Amino acid sequence: MNTTSNERGDTRRALIVKATRLALGAGFCSILGESAGATPDMMREAIGKLVGSSPVNEGRVTLDIPPLVENGNTVPLTVAVESPMTEADHVTAIHIFNEKNPQPYVIAAHFGPRAGKAAFATRAKLSDSQRIIAIARMSDGSFWMAGADVIVTIAACVEMNE
Amino acid sequence: MARALINVPAHAKKGDIIEIKALISHPMESGYRVGMNGTIIPRDIIHVFTCDYNGVEIFRADFSQAVAANPFMSFHTIATESGKLVFRWSGDKDFEATETAEIIVE
Amino acid sequence: MTGRVFIAAVLAALLAPALADEIPRAQRRSGYDAMSPQTRAMQDNESENPATLWVLDGEASWRKPEGEANKSCADCHGDASSMKGVAARYPRFDAARGKPVDIEQQINICRVERQKATPFAYESHELLAMTAFVARQSRGMPILPDKAAGAAKTVAEGQRLFTQRRGQLDLSCAQCHDDNWGRSLGGASIPQGQPNGYPLYRLEWQSVGSMRRRLRNCLSGMRAELWPVDAPEYVALEMYLMARAEGLRMESPAVRP
Repeated sequence: MNTTSNERGDTRRALIVKATRLALGAGFCSILGESAGATPDMMREAIGKLVGSSPVNEGRVTLDIPPLVENGNTVPLTVAVESPMTEADHVTAIHIFNEKNPQPYVIAAHFGPRAGKAAFATRAKLSDSQRIIAIARMSDGSFWMAGADVIVTIAACVEMNE
Repeated sequence: MARALINVPAHAKKGDIIEIKALISHPMESGYRVGMNGTIIPRDIIHVFTCDYNGVEIFRADFSQAVAANPFMSFHTIATESGKLVFRWSGDKDFEATETAEIIVE
Repeated sequence: MTGRVFIAAVLAALLAPALADEIPRAQRRSGYDAMSPQTRAMQDNESENPATLWVLDGEASWRKPEGEANKSCADCHGDASSMKGVAARYPRFDAARGKPVDIEQQINICRVERQKATPFAYESHELLAMTAFVARQSRGMPILPDKAAGAAKTVAEGQRLFTQRRGQLDLSCAQCHDDNWGRSLGGASIPQGQPNGYPLYRLEWQSVGSMRRRLRNCLSGMRAELWPVDAPEYVALEMYLMARAEGLRMESPAVRP
């Protein structure tokens, strides 16, 4: 038990240190270089495929997902990105990634200026407690991100095959 | 035939940003679960959801296995003119579903 | 006084003191109260509640002529408003049959006797959709358990089943849901096991399911042998649970984790 809680504590400390480092870095970092260290390889690869060598900025993206969910089968999530949503300056897509499902994608939503608002809500299926990352691509080609940790609990008495 | 439920305001003022909600019955079987006979249940998911507003695509989403069963989507658009919104879902096993909604813009 | 009525009256009298360990009325809580704001919102907003998809299918089926009689539910019952309060009163003792009948069984009785159609299978999409549509009409209404003399016997049988230890874990329903509700079991809060939201969309099931299905899950959880799906034990438990939940507001079709 002690080992487990120490490991958890260390992970949490590492995340705090990382978050502090990101904040000190004027909100600007490469996801592949720094923050990706906290995420397993599959998610890092998937994000790499999306952003290539572009930097990913912290900010402008709000990922609203409950920190503790009662069942991983249906996890409500809402994403919103600060943007004027004009022809010249809008969000073209928001991609959601997960780090512990069998595959790293959740959903990608595509927008144009006619959306008026760069936001959407859906429900995800999460196999375990994990970090979820939302990355927005702007019409100028820049990327912005937000992340959130979700703890997934399961019911005590679940259905069994008969 | 899959049952879908669309929520679009019946009336809107020109220029208003309106919220659109779409719910559809679909198992979103991930392809990672083992069935009662010990073999993997084949993947059966929706891959693409689109919304057209008088013939112009205003929203599109690519779903993965990590979208929950009976997928729910909420998104926005600017009310530009009266007309028809067409919602389409397509996926594995040649799944196709279409639903429409009318809007009056004043 | 016939023998049967006399026995029922005695049982009804015996029942009162036996209820002493139940959750006092003022402390009865819907499972809704312990849910996250997100799950509550999913239930409250009909355009976001996935169970609405079942309700809509049930509504379509309500108007569709079926069976040799080529009659729809609406041909006899009229519009949905005729079903207001019905689900809040079931299961009920059916005097003609001499046994209790739950809402699913009542739907199938109508199918067989009025529509001359084949009954829906338990837990089939059609039966869940119709039950969801009927139960939806009682949303917000208080549970009114059947208090007829014939019902008391079944309520008592349901209570006996509820308080009887069973399965490899040697647990009774009451040990969790009367004695330890509100506490944690694993990462989840133990609910009171109230029946006021069925049929409901369970996030775990990713589907709408009946109270019968939930009871079967509980038996699995207790590592007990499941009764056959059409066993009278389920109706007895449902009837006891409704008596135990008297006054709670119906939420059907609810959403639960």
